[in-house]
Amino acid sequence: MIRSEEDLKWKDLETGCVISDAGNASQYRTGDWRSLQPVWDKTKCIRCGVCFLFCPDAAIRKTSEGYFEADLYYCKGCGICVQECITGCITMVEEEE
Amino acid sequence: MNKKVGIEVSLAAADAVKMANVDLIAAYPITPQTHIVEHLSELVANGELDAEFIPVESEHSALSVCIGSAAVGARTFTCTSSQGLALMNEIIFIASSMRLPIVLILANRSLSGPLSIWNDHTDVMSIRDSGWVQVFVENGQEVFDHVFFAFRVAEDPKVSLPVIVNLDGFILTHVIEPIEYWDQESVNKYLPDFKPVSTLNPDAPVTMGAFGMPGIYTEAKKAQDEALINSKPEIIKAWKEMGEVIGRRYSPVETNNIEGAETVFLTMGSVGETVSIAVERLRAQGEPVGQVKLRLWRPFPVEEFREAVRNVKRIIVIDRAVSFGGQGGPVAAEIRSVLYDEENRPSVTNFICGLAGRDVTPDNYIDMYEKSLKDGDKSKEEDYVIYGVRE
Repeated sequence: MIRSEEDLKWKDLETGCVISDAGNASQYRTGDWRSLQPVWDKTKCIRCGVCFLFCPDAAIRKTSEGYFEADLYYCKGCGICVQECITGCITMVEEEE
Repeated sequence: MNKKVGIEVSLAAADAVKMANVDLIAAYPITPQTHIVEHLSELVANGELDAEFIPVESEHSALSVCIGSAAVGARTFTCTSSQGLALMNEIIFIASSMRLPIVLILANRSLSGPLSIWNDHTDVMSIRDSGWVQVFVENGQEVFDHVFFAFRVAEDPKVSLPVIVNLDGFILTHVIEPIEYWDQESVNKYLPDFKPVSTLNPDAPVTMGAFGMPGIYTEAKKAQDEALINSKPEIIKAWKEMGEVIGRRYSPVETNNIEGAETVFLTMGSVGETVSIAVERLRAQGEPVGQVKLRLWRPFPVEEFREAVRNVKRIIVIDRAVSFGGQGGPVAAEIRSVLYDEENRPSVTNFICGLAGRDVTPDNYIDMYEKSLKDGDKSKEEDYVIYGVRE
């Protein structure tokens, strides 16, 4: 079972820090790199999915209503979605403490 | 039976690497190590040794190749000196943190500048804190024996760390000595096949050498420190079992004339033999002098060292390197630190000598002994003396 690195004690590490379980990148929280987060204005969003396509970390997901939102566990706040959005419906807002 | 051969120490070391049935050698020639790797390349070229010999373009590449080799589970050897070790520096730290059992023979030589090819310990002291197991040998026989020891310790799954065997450049590498060769049966008995803790294998993929964020780096370093500290019992066991196979007994801290000694010289490497002559002469004059030799430098044998000097009043530490701006040579600084919490700790006098091949004779060591007695408490005020420097 892969665990987040923050849960590992030194004795849990394999010899030489070998990682023997594949696919553990999904455990890695990159969301804490973020200082700004993307917010969608649904009144302007045309649900085209360009933001979803361009997100370099596949950190944008589709909601049940067909709109889009960031997966904040992974979203690094790079702002590429804002740059690419056709209608300008995404804005970057300050992270709240 | 084991036979005695009169041979240059470098060639004997290479023969030992061959007898250890090494799988891969990656090295770059550098004085005074060259004869070892030259002879190995001959052995491979002549078909006497079935191993990969990779003639790389630099020492940085040599050790990088060794990392790949050890990672796939091959018995791996390299060899260097001085500037070569300096060029390996980046990879030295990676090898130990990845816990890869590589054996490196280091023919100790001074670091430039001024450019020098001669012997002292400045090269190995530059990587003192790299996490490699580090041992020192005194003569050709010890070099030969310690090739097998090094593979045995490095590849022990309880250790799984790279090992450096330090031998003094020229003083050992280029002399002809009578060396007792082990028979192959003894080597095979002492050195089991290499069974790596983990390997790079496409059928069972793992990640080696991943990066570590601040959230894991501290734990990684703690694990590495514990690994090196905990290698000591396995190191002692490897020496003990060598004694059972070939009859020569080694230990982390060895003593000479320690009974009743008030003053002891502390040495590492081949100067131990010169100092032992001085000790014999002083003993013949009735002086209570002995000698302590550090064979194991990392992990530092704290308990064994404290025990060895328990009844001693004065330690004359011989350093073969300068720690510029520090409090004495690297060995003396370590010794002072190890003794600090001891009750009735002996005083420490530190002479830095034999830099870059400068000869230090038994008479010089007798002179150091006399100086240390005469100076008494003054020696405590001076952290160290660079011995024999022209004022």
